[in-house]
Amino acid sequence: MSVAVTSGSRAAGAATNTRPARRRSGDWGRRAPLLPALIFTIILTQLPFVATLGISFMDWNAYYPDERRFAGFANFRRVFTDVNIRHSVIVTIELTVVVVLVSLVLGMLIALLLDRKFVGRGAVRTMMIAPFLVVPVAASLVWKHAILNPVYGLINGTITAIWHLFGASNPPQPDWISSFPLASIELVLIWQWTPFMMLILLAGLQGRPLDVIEAARIDGAGAWQIFRYMTFPHLRQYLELGALLGAIYIVQTFDPVFVITSGGLGTANLPYTIYETFYQAHDYGLASAAGVVVVIGTIIIATFALRTVSSLFREEAR
Amino acid sequence: MSSITDVGPVPATRTRSGAARPDRKPRGGLVLGLLAWLVGILFIIPIVWMLLTSFHSEADAATNPPSIFAPLTLQGYREFFGANPWASLLNSLTASVLSTVLVLVLAIPAAYALSIRPVRKWTDVMFFFLSTKMLPVVAGLLPLYLFAQWSHLLDNIWYLLILYTAMNLPIAVWMMRSFLAEVPVEMLEAASVDGAGLVRTLRSIVVPVVAPGIAATSLICFIFSWNELLFARVLTATVAQTSPVFLTGFVTSQGLFLAKVCAASIVVSLPVLIAGFAAQDKLVQGLSLGAVK
Repeated sequence: MSVAVTSGSRAAGAATNTRPARRRSGDWGRRAPLLPALIFTIILTQLPFVATLGISFMDWNAYYPDERRFAGFANFRRVFTDVNIRHSVIVTIELTVVVVLVSLVLGMLIALLLDRKFVGRGAVRTMMIAPFLVVPVAASLVWKHAILNPVYGLINGTITAIWHLFGASNPPQPDWISSFPLASIELVLIWQWTPFMMLILLAGLQGRPLDVIEAARIDGAGAWQIFRYMTFPHLRQYLELGALLGAIYIVQTFDPVFVITSGGLGTANLPYTIYETFYQAHDYGLASAAGVVVVIGTIIIATFALRTVSSLFREEAR
Repeated sequence: MSSITDVGPVPATRTRSGAARPDRKPRGGLVLGLLAWLVGILFIIPIVWMLLTSFHSEADAATNPPSIFAPLTLQGYREFFGANPWASLLNSLTASVLSTVLVLVLAIPAAYALSIRPVRKWTDVMFFFLSTKMLPVVAGLLPLYLFAQWSHLLDNIWYLLILYTAMNLPIAVWMMRSFLAEVPVEMLEAASVDGAGLVRTLRSIVVPVVAPGIAATSLICFIFSWNELLFARVLTATVAQTSPVFLTGFVTSQGLFLAKVCAASIVVSLPVLIAGFAAQDKLVQGLSLGAVK
């Protein structure tokens, strides 16, 4: 723990260490500060999954506590044949892909707009960030009742106002949530997540080497060429970072599904379906089996995702 | 030029200080500026509408077309606070603040062991932490519920607080590591050569560099805990319910009263809005796990 160990600094621990004897003495001293966090995380995130795995092989419904018994793979068969669960897989994928892609593209366009100098840039940036800072439950409630509501929501109210302005009667008053239930949820999520993507990409844009771009401009490169060959490649890792982080959070979306449709109208995603199976139907076995399948699916996807992150953080992992 | 590019990704600050990038004067700059304003207004309209509606009477809030210039009133707020949300606001505050403190207590030593004096294979440990964030929480919810039921921890804010700590710890470890990695190791070595103890080294060299990182980490952990709904909804009932749970119950029990709903949403979002606006640059650092500085 003395001078010698301390001087075996970052570089030594990171990749190759050529001083095994000295290292061994410091090994536990080095590990000690890490252990509380590691043990805490393992107990609270890994143990529950082990328990879920165990319950997934049991026939266990809280309504019939006396009929708890081993069920083999029956729950898994039900997971793969259950129409609701299969549908919620599709909903989860669609929701995640649509929200991540749309907020990334919008976020990039807005970041490009905000990267320029114009009057009130700070104010517009603040306005853009605000949606991300509304509590998701509150955002879902306000969109559902105050904006998308067919009778007195802001959108239909605005349509009425415009129709009246031109002296027309019978303005169209679509029931947005009933007609486009999943799109309504996506809309709220995109509204909240575009600012997040914008912030990351704006940070990326402002880390560009300006002198190189200036040189390209002087050499006669057009705006599109500069974007295509200089800005976009530079932004790529920020786009990947935004997509990864966005996907991590949006896959687990629960609040807007719960608030806006309560999983109805074909909008139940996997988190909501599992929640319902366990919390309302009290079918613990089925809920756990679905949970296990989701975890396995996530591990497969995450393996690819982690490879992406590895390249993202390669630079940092000197 | 270099001094300008060295400034971090803090556009608001840069704009305010006026030392922004060299002014390019492209054609159509005015149009693009107006477009940026238009987009910004489009994104803020729902919040402005929420704020305006919260100050309207229920009758004015539910008109079609909307009554923008209706007289303002505090009725919505009065009714929200009349429904006694204080216990749930206090629960949210307890869970968010204490779990954030606990996260920092656990994450900072861990980050130290992953950056300044790294354990072997520290990258593997980092990816283990990140991978726990990728596992859907809903898959572990049932055992956590059953355990709470068995140990009589249902409807107990301390249990929720512990789970929020576990939820935010991986993010905090990532963030704190990226900040601690910036601590000048040469100075640490010099300090230990001069015989400075661990505590003194931490206090005089490490803390000044990582204080902004601690701020960013705290902000993110606070926001995520404050916003959380799924755990709170399943694991709490009347005693320990947090404000997002109160909010969902408030609507179903009160029926459709727009002004009240908007007032409630504003009050519940206010702590996050204030914290987020106060530390916009920290928000970016935090959300990107410290990858974007």
